[in-house]
Amino acid sequence: MPDDRRDGPPVRETGPDRRPTGRRRTATAAALLLSASFLAACGGDSGGAPTLTWYINPDSGGQAEIAKRCTEAADGRYRVEVTLLPRESSEQRQQLVRRLAANDSSIDIMSLDPPYIPEFSEAGFLAPVPDEVAERVTEGVVESAVAGSTWKDELVAVPFWANTQLFWYRKSVAEAAGLDVSGPVTWDQVIDAAKQQDKLLGVQGIRAEALTVWLNALVESAGGHIITGRAEDPESVQLGLADEPASKAAEIMRSVNDAGVGGPALSTAGEDVNVTGFEGDDAGFMVNWPFVWPRALAAVKAGTLEQSVPDDYGWSLYPRVEPGQESAPPYGGINLGVGAFSKHVDLAYEAAECATSEENQSYYFVTNGNPAAKAAVYDDPEVVKAFPMAPVIRESLEKAAPRPQTAYYSEVSSSLQRTYHPTSSVRPDGTGQSAANLIKAVLKKEQLL
Amino acid sequence: MSTTTLPPGQRQEPVSAPRRMISDRSRAERKLGWMLAGPAFGVMLLVTAYPIAQAIYDSLFDFRLTDPDNRAFTGLSNYWVILTDRIWWISLGVTLFITVVTVAVELVLGFALALVMMKALSTIRPVVRAAILIPYAVITVVSAFAWRFAFGLDTGFVNTWFGWVPGIGAETDWFGGQWSALFVVCIAEIWKTTPFISLLLLAGLAQVPDVLQEAARVDGATWWQRMSKVTLPNMKAAIMVALLFRSLDAFRVFDSIFVMTNGANNTESVSFLAYRQTIARLEIGLGSAVSVLLFLCVVLISALFIKGFKVDLSSTRGEG
Repeated sequence: MPDDRRDGPPVRETGPDRRPTGRRRTATAAALLLSASFLAACGGDSGGAPTLTWYINPDSGGQAEIAKRCTEAADGRYRVEVTLLPRESSEQRQQLVRRLAANDSSIDIMSLDPPYIPEFSEAGFLAPVPDEVAERVTEGVVESAVAGSTWKDELVAVPFWANTQLFWYRKSVAEAAGLDVSGPVTWDQVIDAAKQQDKLLGVQGIRAEALTVWLNALVESAGGHIITGRAEDPESVQLGLADEPASKAAEIMRSVNDAGVGGPALSTAGEDVNVTGFEGDDAGFMVNWPFVWPRALAAVKAGTLEQSVPDDYGWSLYPRVEPGQESAPPYGGINLGVGAFSKHVDLAYEAAECATSEENQSYYFVTNGNPAAKAAVYDDPEVVKAFPMAPVIRESLEKAAPRPQTAYYSEVSSSLQRTYHPTSSVRPDGTGQSAANLIKAVLKKEQLL
Repeated sequence: MSTTTLPPGQRQEPVSAPRRMISDRSRAERKLGWMLAGPAFGVMLLVTAYPIAQAIYDSLFDFRLTDPDNRAFTGLSNYWVILTDRIWWISLGVTLFITVVTVAVELVLGFALALVMMKALSTIRPVVRAAILIPYAVITVVSAFAWRFAFGLDTGFVNTWFGWVPGIGAETDWFGGQWSALFVVCIAEIWKTTPFISLLLLAGLAQVPDVLQEAARVDGATWWQRMSKVTLPNMKAAIMVALLFRSLDAFRVFDSIFVMTNGANNTESVSFLAYRQTIARLEIGLGSAVSVLLFLCVVLISALFIKGFKVDLSSTRGEG
């Protein structure tokens, strides 16, 4: 380099006269290039490959591993990095919405809880799914997961994993109570059995999203819907909360409460409290997500739980409301949205496709206990080995009903939580109507929440 | 009061509050004061006045964060919605309850701790002070979690330890009812902020001149007489400042409620209500209006203390 900076002709002159200036130019260009690549490195794009940021919900490390695998599979075309969102799904939404409302281009991929997908889509926060991608990512995916990624008849997110609640029972308790678990059970039967045996029936009575999940499953199982029409219009949304199925749902909530089988902390019990109860001595029955199973096995491994406890676990489909009517279990899970302000939408969809591949879904199911959205995964021998209840989960997913799909889901859910909490105050003949009134007033912005 | 003031020889005229003619010197001092405080004042305007003005402006609109295109001017209608809603008044009641209970208990406890810190043997004084200050050094969220875990049905030990108290059993769900939940919230707040109040009171105690105490003792005053006639009147300013600061602080209570009950069972405070409208519901207009009302409440409390109780904030600097 010093040669080039020297005035006068260079020492090793080989070309014609204009050579020195030419070399000087090359040097300047090289210096510029160097500094440009240095700046780019500061910006996070090392080695030229764009870095995609995937905002994930907390899990047992599965999504971070999938990101690593997809980075490797991309062979240098992109790198996927994960950023952790808060634990509660409502807080995940808050953080994402705040960032997206400020047009944050750092959000390439995000793990979204399905109920919030309409809101994100309506606000223009999701980059449109290319048709051929939509076709590929919905192939062989269970019905409820596709429905959960769809808004206004269009796929707006990539189905990743699909969750559903099962009815969990202690075989010994069910046997002692004479509860026939070989076929479908009803809520009334389960409540009676728990009461008769003086055991717990774990339900989610906490003032949180879990309460909405329970209520929605009860209403849907009774054949009704929380939102019956015009979900996209806050001024004229139609609600089914004053209908017969909703009052039947309220009746069940109330009888769980009045029978005293929900445990002393019913009004503060979420899924985790339920599992703790189900692992304890008073355990009888519970409705909960499949994470119950790996959690019990991990506790056995850690030496905090006897092997006899998970051996006593039984599972079947979500309880029915009416004996003659199939239940509609809760649908949950995570779907992947691509940020509308991302600088690499195409690559982000490519990465999302990689993350939701059959292989990765099956890995995620086995290691993290999160059931796959693709039906074929349930035939994977490894999955069946780790999750003996996999066939029931798949069946449950086919019957599962989503929570009300509306761009105002947060308002609807918070209003329901406010009126249906605590369960001791639920009245089958009045709570539905007051919830409907509150939702309507809140959507018209005439009331606080 | 006449027996409690300083002897004339020790009295000093306030330096920064000239009431008569402004001399050249005080003018220069005033200029220097502005130069010193000016940058901070500018920063305060930027980080406090601007957001307040923005909130007042936003509160006049119907504005949802996910739907910025449909923003519409609605005048004072947000305020009308809030003030006619039962939830606002419940939240205000809960907030006032927490404020009054915690500040009252903290004042008594804090005063006792200040006396302990004041009178403790000089060898153990640093240890006592550090021990008393530890809760104040704990982050509010962490302290809220600690208290939640202590009282929770699944993780807690309180029910076991205090099972002998009538009304507390193995299955007492503290966060399941309004009053029991508020009780835990208040205890957590008191534990956490009593050190703050006791520090301010300690500063006040240290200002009470020994001369006066000695004179009162020579005159045969009992401990209680010295306390009520000498110590307390002389530290009135410190007490009032401590009360004012803590009341303002307590009125904005949020963290403990968020962690412990998440607003369930009518335990929402006014700050929590603002959070729900702005952050959870994304209604910037309505949320801003709640925040403005909260701000007005805080202004009202300050005015009440400063005008009503005649607190002179400068007197804590030892000038009065």
